[in-house]
Amino acid sequence: MSGVLLRLRQIARAMVGAPDYDAYLRHMRAHHPDQPVLSEVQLFRDRQEARYGGKNGGKCC
Amino acid sequence: MARHIPWILIAIVGAVALSVVAVSRGEAVNALWIVVAAVSSFLVAYRYYALYIARNVMRLDPARATPAIRRADGMDYVATDRTVLFGHHFAAIAGAGPLVGPVLAAQMGYLPGTLWIIAGVVLAGAVQDFMVLFISMRRDGKSLGELIRMEMGQVAGTIALFGAFMIMVIILAVLALIVVKALAESPWGMFTVAATVPLAIFMGVYTRWIRPGRIGEVSVLGLAGLLAAIVYGQSIAQSPLWGPAFTFTPVQLCWILIGYGAVASVLPVWLLLAPRDYLSTFLKIGAIGALAIGIVIMAPPLRMHAVTQFVHGGGPAWSGSLFPFLFITIACGAVSGFHALIASGTTPKLIASEADAPIIGYGAMLMEAFVAIMALVGASILDPGIYFTMNSPAAVIGTDAASAAAAVTAMGFPIAPDLILQTAKDVGEHSIISRAGGAPTLAVAMAEIFSHVVGGPAMKAFWYHFAILFEALFILTAVDAGTRAGRFMLQDLIALAVPGFKDTTSPLPGFVATGLCVAAWGFFLHQGVTDPLGGVNTLWPVFGISNQMLAAIALMLATAVLFRMKRDRYAWVTTVPTAWLLICTLSAGWLKLFSADPKVGFLAHAANFSEAAGRGAVLAPARSMAEMEKIIFNDRIDAALCGIFLAVVLSLIFFTIRACLAARRADQPTAREIPAALAAAE
Repeated sequence: MSGVLLRLRQIARAMVGAPDYDAYLRHMRAHHPDQPVLSEVQLFRDRQEARYGGKNGGKCC
Repeated sequence: MARHIPWILIAIVGAVALSVVAVSRGEAVNALWIVVAAVSSFLVAYRYYALYIARNVMRLDPARATPAIRRADGMDYVATDRTVLFGHHFAAIAGAGPLVGPVLAAQMGYLPGTLWIIAGVVLAGAVQDFMVLFISMRRDGKSLGELIRMEMGQVAGTIALFGAFMIMVIILAVLALIVVKALAESPWGMFTVAATVPLAIFMGVYTRWIRPGRIGEVSVLGLAGLLAAIVYGQSIAQSPLWGPAFTFTPVQLCWILIGYGAVASVLPVWLLLAPRDYLSTFLKIGAIGALAIGIVIMAPPLRMHAVTQFVHGGGPAWSGSLFPFLFITIACGAVSGFHALIASGTTPKLIASEADAPIIGYGAMLMEAFVAIMALVGASILDPGIYFTMNSPAAVIGTDAASAAAAVTAMGFPIAPDLILQTAKDVGEHSIISRAGGAPTLAVAMAEIFSHVVGGPAMKAFWYHFAILFEALFILTAVDAGTRAGRFMLQDLIALAVPGFKDTTSPLPGFVATGLCVAAWGFFLHQGVTDPLGGVNTLWPVFGISNQMLAAIALMLATAVLFRMKRDRYAWVTTVPTAWLLICTLSAGWLKLFSADPKVGFLAHAANFSEAAGRGAVLAPARSMAEMEKIIFNDRIDAALCGIFLAVVLSLIFFTIRACLAARRADQPTAREIPAALAAAE
């Protein structure tokens, strides 16, 4: 994917709170290389629950 | 100096456009003047005022680690590119509010609303979002309630949490009411919205089990399904079998929505809420973008008067005079307290650098104001006769085209009955009379604009239902998400008295809190739906007052923080908008309680009706003694609600002043930021 499309895809995913798996992997490699990582699907489900579970406040009016 | 020249040019263009909008009388003004005036004001405000606040008031430090850096965990705290974060934040703050308020405000003409949106967002709304983001960003991304507790004390925090819960209840009720107004007696609209439920469930199953995480893919499938639902909705509506099956009265719809809210908010989030949010978010952003492009291509003339006679009060869509009621009717779009909850939610945990705060905090709110401007333009390009036909209660204009045309013409907006019937036919509805709530009016305007660009008049009905669907979709998402959020707020509050109530291992407290939350907004929804004056009339001002009061609370927190940082001399940045919001909301709340005009004051209205009931008389619009009793009861509940909001705000004024005075007595800063040294070291 070209740069612009990739950026649009990132923005669209951020709008609905979907995680960036590569960023997660980079973070885990850099800071917690000894810990097990979630799979892409596990991370997606975890973030979905975190975003919509209600503890982060509602949507705006 | 040279670097200022482009900005001076933009400022001149803006000033010219604004004076064209403000001064023209008699001849039609093109809508683009409003758009140009708004955009240039926003650009200049961002370049100078936002950066002034960033440099002098907040003294943002790009070298200081944000929560996303300090506490990076790859999940909640993730340093995010600023364009991406802008999208995230804007999608979170933009909702139905900026689309509905300006449409309702158009009853006073386009000028007052335009000026308030522009001035309000620059000096109040964007400042609030930006300040709260700043405060939260310096405190590990804590929420508004926690921030108030940290800086103003435990009691102030609890009162604010309680106020936020009440506001949530009112928001949910008024949003649900808008859906009821848009879908009642509209089988086409009802079918398309109902179709989104199985569609979202299909999407949920797809993202859960079939192709996990493929949001783009599933959204394209969902969009195709939506468009099919709109297209087939017409045949369904016309079918002698299915048409009546999807035709509901407002009261039936009210119960359907309450049931929906109760069930949807306890389902797993992946099944219905998340997939529907994907659809509604992308549709919302797409529709907003398309509306902007459509307005620029069509360049429609404004047909609404610049200022109507209703600035002095007596308007049919909502009661009260320009001051203070315009400033609470356009809440979101100019300044919205609810954003304080978003700016202290996920955004401060994602911001990569303090240098990004102006574009996220101030910039995204300017964008929302731009959406509000477009909604105002939409309402103002309609024939004013159509606008008032759609937004006046049936109690005022009757229910058929002849009576509505006569009543609206008598208001000074000439319209023929044929045009009312033709407009309804064009958009594929049985009737457009008394469809208050903003959404249907905006949908007619969007149908007008979109059909001008794509498809011509034959496509109007399609675009109308597309617009209704897009509004209903994100309102339903908000109802579902808001009920869940309200449940946790309520659990926190009840846990103060019953400590075990926050227990997450047992499902019972959750169910009880969800039930209470649904019952609370359901009560106000039912009241609004059965209100003979249309409900929007009563509920929207209460919503506006509460939302602006939350904004005042957020700005008071910001003021207290500035004092505690020993930056008192910049405190005018927050005290000026705080003072204005307090003046507007306190006087609006006071009038809603104590105005002698029964159209404005709840208590005067209740007194009128109970006096009549005492004589055994039945006053219109009530048709029986039972309805009389109900009106009196509702008035008293609304009055109590206004009283509660006033008490919340007055007590927070006290806590703010106390915090500021204590901060002045201290000889060093007392604000509880994460220290810069710590933020840099980790």
